[in-house]
Amino acid sequence: MSTATTPGLGADHLAHVAESATPAVHRGGEERHGIRRALGVLVRIALCLVFGLPLVFMFVSSFKPDLQIFSDLGNIKAFLPVGDISFENYSGVFGRVPFAQFMMNSVIITVVTVVLGIVVNSMAAFALARIGFKGGGIVLGVILATLIVPFETLALPLLWWSNKLPFLGPDGFTEGWLDTYQVQIIPFIANAFSIFLFYQYFDSIPKELDEAAKVDGAGWFRIYRSIVMPLSGPAVATVAILTFLPMWNQYLWPLMAVQSEELRPVMVGIDYFKQLNTSWGQIMAYASIITAPVLVLFVAFQRAFINSIASSGVKG
Amino acid sequence: MKLTSTTTRVAVGLLAVALPLSMAACTKGGSSSSSGGAGGGELTMWTHNAGNKGELAAITQIVNDYNKSQSKYKVKIQAFPQDSYNQSVVAAAASKKLPCILDIDGPNVPNWAWAGYLAPLEGLDGTLSKFLPSVLGKYDGKTYSYGYYDVALVMVTRKTILDKYGIRVPTVDQPWTKDEFTAALKKLKASGDFQNPLDIATSFTGEWWPYAYSPMLQSFGGDLINRNDYKSAEGALNGPKAVEWAKWFRGLVTDGLVPLKSGADPAKDFINGKTAILYNGTWTAVDTRKAFGKDTLFLPPPDLGNGPKIGGGSWQWGISQNCSDQAGALDYMKFAAQDKYVASVARDTNNIPATDAAAAEVKGYEQGGENQLFLEYAKKFAVLRPVTPGYPFIATEFTKTAQDILNGADPKQALDQAVKNIDANQKSNGYFQ
Amino acid sequence: MTTITVAEDASAVTTRKSVPPKGSRSSTTTALLMLLPAAVLLITFLLVPIGLTFGLAFTNARLISPRPAEFVGVDNFVRLFDDETFWKSLRNTIIFAAVIVPVQSACALGLALLVNVKMRGVNFFRTVYFLPVVTSMVVVSMLWLFMYQKNGLINQVLLKFGIAGPDWLGDPKTALIAIILMSAWQAMGFHMVIWLSGLQTIPGDLYEAAELDGAGTWQKFRYVTWPGLRQTRTFILITITISAFALFTQVNIMTQGGPLDSTSTLVLMAVRTGFQQQQTGYASAISLAFFVLVLAVTLVQRYYTRDKDVA
Repeated sequence: MSTATTPGLGADHLAHVAESATPAVHRGGEERHGIRRALGVLVRIALCLVFGLPLVFMFVSSFKPDLQIFSDLGNIKAFLPVGDISFENYSGVFGRVPFAQFMMNSVIITVVTVVLGIVVNSMAAFALARIGFKGGGIVLGVILATLIVPFETLALPLLWWSNKLPFLGPDGFTEGWLDTYQVQIIPFIANAFSIFLFYQYFDSIPKELDEAAKVDGAGWFRIYRSIVMPLSGPAVATVAILTFLPMWNQYLWPLMAVQSEELRPVMVGIDYFKQLNTSWGQIMAYASIITAPVLVLFVAFQRAFINSIASSGVKG
Repeated sequence: MKLTSTTTRVAVGLLAVALPLSMAACTKGGSSSSSGGAGGGELTMWTHNAGNKGELAAITQIVNDYNKSQSKYKVKIQAFPQDSYNQSVVAAAASKKLPCILDIDGPNVPNWAWAGYLAPLEGLDGTLSKFLPSVLGKYDGKTYSYGYYDVALVMVTRKTILDKYGIRVPTVDQPWTKDEFTAALKKLKASGDFQNPLDIATSFTGEWWPYAYSPMLQSFGGDLINRNDYKSAEGALNGPKAVEWAKWFRGLVTDGLVPLKSGADPAKDFINGKTAILYNGTWTAVDTRKAFGKDTLFLPPPDLGNGPKIGGGSWQWGISQNCSDQAGALDYMKFAAQDKYVASVARDTNNIPATDAAAAEVKGYEQGGENQLFLEYAKKFAVLRPVTPGYPFIATEFTKTAQDILNGADPKQALDQAVKNIDANQKSNGYFQ
Repeated sequence: MTTITVAEDASAVTTRKSVPPKGSRSSTTTALLMLLPAAVLLITFLLVPIGLTFGLAFTNARLISPRPAEFVGVDNFVRLFDDETFWKSLRNTIIFAAVIVPVQSACALGLALLVNVKMRGVNFFRTVYFLPVVTSMVVVSMLWLFMYQKNGLINQVLLKFGIAGPDWLGDPKTALIAIILMSAWQAMGFHMVIWLSGLQTIPGDLYEAAELDGAGTWQKFRYVTWPGLRQTRTFILITITISAFALFTQVNIMTQGGPLDSTSTLVLMAVRTGFQQQQTGYASAISLAFFVLVLAVTLVQRYYTRDKDVA
């Protein structure tokens, strides 16, 4: 952020600056030593195997019959699509699980949480970072302190409590949130970590912008919407991704809070395959198809993805 | 923890402010949350069969037949995957959201009955008297549940293997003795042909441990709790017989006869030839027969001193106390207890039919059929897991203790600790009186 | 060094009543209004359950029971401190955190340095190293369960190098190490990216200046890179520590805390006690002890990192 910034350029520009900073780092030294360079490439490729092979195993196994998965376990064949290759596991998966329904539920739950999460958390962070008020520091401290609480330890009290909550929906007032979409969404909208990330980012945007806008008569809400948010692309992306992953992977909570099959998300579907005669090929196939959308998204938006996560660490 | 109504009202008020969010997306579930089943004679039913096509289809057939047979009630099925069913149901029970009809793993029935979640099955005594005793869930003199089938634990192996190493094929009347069993395993190990002479499927989790390994303890003469008054485990779980069992159990591992941690799927290891003898439920019969045909043997477990024992009791059906239409639920339960349904569910799950009349209809269980011996094992060797509301706790304690013993914990110390914990739990619950 | 231009936007903003200065009553009202949705949600879904946990920890509440919960004072804590599994879980949790925090952050930094260069395919490497992060922990745990088998992939690879691998998850001596390794593998890509961002904030001319002074690779790292990453370090330290203490999913799927409690953790113990053993009150006491522990550790960390800020 060392150059002039206009609200219009915003995120793209920032990402650009970050990227162009990269090459300068090692330019000179690396090119002089051919051998060292080759060695470096080898190390990187070896690491690729370490990080990539388990997933290759998953994808490859999804095309094999169970017995072959087990007999291939001890050798290189585990990673190769050889032997009795077919789509049988996949057709098995679609026969066992209402896949389209689960997928749709996960998309709804994830997208709504991500969108509302961005709005709610960024507003809170804006209030704390840029408007400020007496006691704001304490509020921020309390929010940060809740970061240490793992969800698993709160699941039971939250379950009991969600069952008492009223809800205003199209059916009028209803009591108890269990077995609904909202019980899978609303508890996860406000997120201490998201507020923290927005707070950091907002804090790093020059305050002079607010002053200039005020001179022009803008209100706080307008500053938030028209100046600070458009400048915060990387923070928005970071929060979106960090909300997306755990929401997509929700497992324990829907098990407890949702009973209707029509409302279950994808991760719960894994359990459909753990029968007394577990069909491992189908588990691998199912794991593959629920991981694939995330991977495809990730590869497609690879650059934005990594740059935006990267921005969360800029200011420690 | 009771929150005052003021606090609740404040919370409601705050929520009302925060939640006029886009609720269009959230409406879908709203209507289906009334699980009591009051509206229009609809009875909700939960089952653990999601993903298990055979059993789910058989249950669905019964429900369809029932719905067609009368017009007063309509049963609606909600299927859950078995692996997480107990978690889902316990969560629902804790929040008073149980459906009218549901299936339950047998040993948990007393706990549920005691807690007031289950209603007794009234007026079915005549029908249920024909069922195997091990498939009925009883507590305090009342019957709360019945199952369509039972499962037997067997030692699966191949005749060619036993013949090759000169091992006697045991029978119901003459099972292997402990010494004979050990000698056979040592012979298999010495041959070096097998990675595992015996595989007892230690990689299975949850209820498998008490289901599969407490019968071994009982075959030694120990037990999970004193069954005269169900108050204490003292002497039963930590007496000399139990310690003997623990030492033997650990010995299987230290002598290299059993792998400490089985593979992810022990049945596959058996079929792939890595394992000589597999200790498992009769549910493996289909796959192993497919692999080895008539060569496959399903042997009774060995007599470790007190006769062979296997676990009894599998999934059972009951009705919940908070069902708004008990009469309707009972009506369904009566309808569903017909022999033809016992037969169809047992057939589609490859399990042991709960009544003799049904057994006669299921291929393999007829007189002289290849599965007849499973029924025989169930009748002769089955021991119910302790009929006490404390069972879920006992089960987790036993699982942990057995795991620790297998991994080398001091047997006496580990068992004493388990007894201490179980007794404390029984006591803190007023012995479930 | 920062120049600001808001010309574009200024023309778009219509002149209206000017914003009151920071700290004024009307500003405070706006701030509170903007904070309200998050505050209501956090109170409802985080603070209330935490409060319930506090309350329940002093009762004998059960998940399934016809008996009403009774206040039992500190009985649950007396029992907890006398419970061997608690101390083992506490020890494992601390060991896990103590090992994984430095190991994972160091390895992630190594990865970041490897991909923070201009070369062909660096994007590809970055993507591959990041793959485990986008894969669900449930799926990852099941994959590694296969690989850790006695005759599984890992031991077969080791055998090629003449090493007889242990029964990773079956041996109390190696089970926790195995869990640490796979956890680090899964999360490393995430922290690599955060390090990467830190690296990119270090101005290139600092390296050039160091080179002019004749600094080697190590010296550049020691005197330019390392000091330049101070803030990133703090961030990584705190996020890894918090997630390390919360260890649950992989242990629950892979070992259930065994063998011999060698992989039991506090969160696992709380969930097992609360769900399977139905002892809600006791489980709340475990959770409460856990909160206190993590809060203490985090405060200590903050104290030390803040101390350096001053210096």
